[in-house]
Amino acid sequence: MQENTIVSRKQLNDVVVKFEIYKPLIAKSAKAGQFVILRGREGGERVPVTLVDWNSAKGTITVIIQAIGKSTSMFNSLQEGEAFLNVAGPLGTPVEIKNYGTVAVVGGGVGIAEVYPIARALKEAGNKVIAVLGARNKELLILEPEMKALCDQTISTTDDGSYGLKGMVTDAIEALHDQGEKINAGFIIGPIPMMKFTSRLMDKLGMNPHASLNPIMLDGTGMCGCCRVTVEGKVKFACVDGPMFPSKTIDFDELMRRTSEYKPLEKESLEKYQHEKDHVCKCGLH
Amino acid sequence: MPNPSAPRNNGYQVEPEVRKHNFEEVARSFTDEQARAEAQRCLHCKNARCQANCPVGVQIPDFIAYVKEGKIGEAVSKIMETSLLPAICGRVCPQEKHCEGNCVLKEKFGSVNIGMLERYTADTARKQGLLQAPQTAPKTGKKVVCIGSGPSSIAAAAELARAGHEVTVFEALHAFGGVLRYGIPSFRLPREVIDHEIETVKSMGVKFVPDVLVGATQTVQELLKEFDAVYVGSGAGLPTMTGIPGENAVGVYSANEFLTRINLMQAYKFPATDTPIKIGKHVIVLGAGNSAMDAARCAMRLGPDTVTIAYRRSAAEMPARAAEVEHAKEEGVAFEFLLTPKEVIADETGRVSGLKFTRNELGEPDAKGRRRPVEIPGSEFVIPADTLIVAIGQRPNPIIAKTTPELKTTERGVLDMDEQGKTSLPGVYAGGDIIRGGATVLLAMKDGIEAAKRINAYLEGK
Repeated sequence: MQENTIVSRKQLNDVVVKFEIYKPLIAKSAKAGQFVILRGREGGERVPVTLVDWNSAKGTITVIIQAIGKSTSMFNSLQEGEAFLNVAGPLGTPVEIKNYGTVAVVGGGVGIAEVYPIARALKEAGNKVIAVLGARNKELLILEPEMKALCDQTISTTDDGSYGLKGMVTDAIEALHDQGEKINAGFIIGPIPMMKFTSRLMDKLGMNPHASLNPIMLDGTGMCGCCRVTVEGKVKFACVDGPMFPSKTIDFDELMRRTSEYKPLEKESLEKYQHEKDHVCKCGLH
Repeated sequence: MPNPSAPRNNGYQVEPEVRKHNFEEVARSFTDEQARAEAQRCLHCKNARCQANCPVGVQIPDFIAYVKEGKIGEAVSKIMETSLLPAICGRVCPQEKHCEGNCVLKEKFGSVNIGMLERYTADTARKQGLLQAPQTAPKTGKKVVCIGSGPSSIAAAAELARAGHEVTVFEALHAFGGVLRYGIPSFRLPREVIDHEIETVKSMGVKFVPDVLVGATQTVQELLKEFDAVYVGSGAGLPTMTGIPGENAVGVYSANEFLTRINLMQAYKFPATDTPIKIGKHVIVLGAGNSAMDAARCAMRLGPDTVTIAYRRSAAEMPARAAEVEHAKEEGVAFEFLLTPKEVIADETGRVSGLKFTRNELGEPDAKGRRRPVEIPGSEFVIPADTLIVAIGQRPNPIIAKTTPELKTTERGVLDMDEQGKTSLPGVYAGGDIIRGGATVLLAMKDGIEAAKRINAYLEGK
């Protein structure tokens, strides 16, 4: 089989697709917390995507992609049998897996998929694993059955109360604390505000939080430095030093500002793409 | 008869007012007549100083003699006996420091324009189908892998293929050429020139594989199980930042990021391409090396009001190739000397709004003989800017050293080598910026060629 070929494709909801991609070298060396860089076409962006699963026997890796901008929308239009143009990795420093005691894995939105391999590795290392999952609504809450099957306890929250607890992941964590649950380490993946407030809370409660950062990246190999983040007052490159960092002292506000830099241009690009995709040509030449 | 007293032809450069609005090549090739006339100026010195001062030993008087006779196929073959990338070298070598800087005509009439003659020869031979990859020796059955596809690895790969080995090149990015691709802009080195030179090496049987980051996708130790020798030419892919307060403000780029967006990702074509780039009205570039000139000239082409290069020493100490400084000036880049950056000032949204400097005077010479900048107390002032590009150098990418504990490094992070160019791990050789920490294309090529010769000797005894 050709490398980068999509072996299977599953639509998880309107905007989220799960891909299994043939890439034996990455499948062989991947570890929890690492990511790959995907590219879909000539002229396309290099998009960092967290590895959700890998199977060295089959030579496949699994990623879950939420369509947000043009590139991710184009990725999600790819079908089984088609291929990504480039798949590079595994990139980043793996999460330190050991027996912490009791750990909480906290996933927000598509971050649930990204925190899943970490939960699995922590479980295999003998931890008691509590999953705290959050999404805007029931539709967007993914991978809950898998998490339930894996973890000692799984708590789901939705912003609108359409499933599980109504509220935020922070509400669920406070409740765990109130119940007397002693959590030795936390691993958080989700939108930046969610990671910021969850880190702040878990730190206050002495839960030793870590967060996986998603700054803008280009090469993903430490070459360009555009993923600079500030951790413990020091500049780190998320692509090689991270993406997972102890999150007590992460400057989330700086991360937020730096990731917003291209938002207007990304919007312009997405709108142009959608317009061209939806445009039905009447010129008769196609 | 040689005609040394004819004026040196500097070639045609597109007018600054035109070229600063596009990414097309600035310097245009000689016509046949111009090339022949420039070749006529060469005295064909017996102990040619130009050739002796070429790091890769190009047989300069000999190839120029062929150009003079219009024998372009022979001319290019003569160059390619020692250098396989003539179209690239002719464009990006610092000739004034090597061949042209040592031409006997330099003082009296101006050096022969060897750089332009080299690229004329390479481009013309390519167009006329006269450029042929060198013959390769019978297969040895030995396998060698080159890490990285920049100038050092390409040169090593070609040399190894020439000796009959089976050669694979692993590149971490999606496109080949390393710094030629992500660092050097198309107005200095058109993308198709890189493509052509790589095609030549491919035609010698070298296999190029993208998306393999050695140290992550596979380790050096894993490669040693599959290959008989390894050449590490992974370059200086780690940007140096200033470390001054505020450097993570929005609108602060490393030169690597800025140049990679433009050159590798073609962000200047956005939204036809998908990677964006933003430029403000007032751009400051820190540093005065080739990357700084490239960044400043790229920035200029994105249409800001001003681009200013700020350098901590004086004009005389600028490390950039002379022609690049000249071109930058012609295109309207301003130069401010003897300034040390102190702090990035940001506005209330976190975006850079200015840069605080102190003024320097020149003190005693440092180890390299360049006079050291010394701060003048109380000289602080701010230059307003909304884009800052930090181009003060690169260090070796640490990923291979980090994942290969057996490879010793120096405190600067460069691979430690013995006199034979071997690393501390048997069968592993290295060259280019990974051992130099940020030098030139030409020196990287020289390392690649020399390491390949040592690998050939090593494999013969294996």
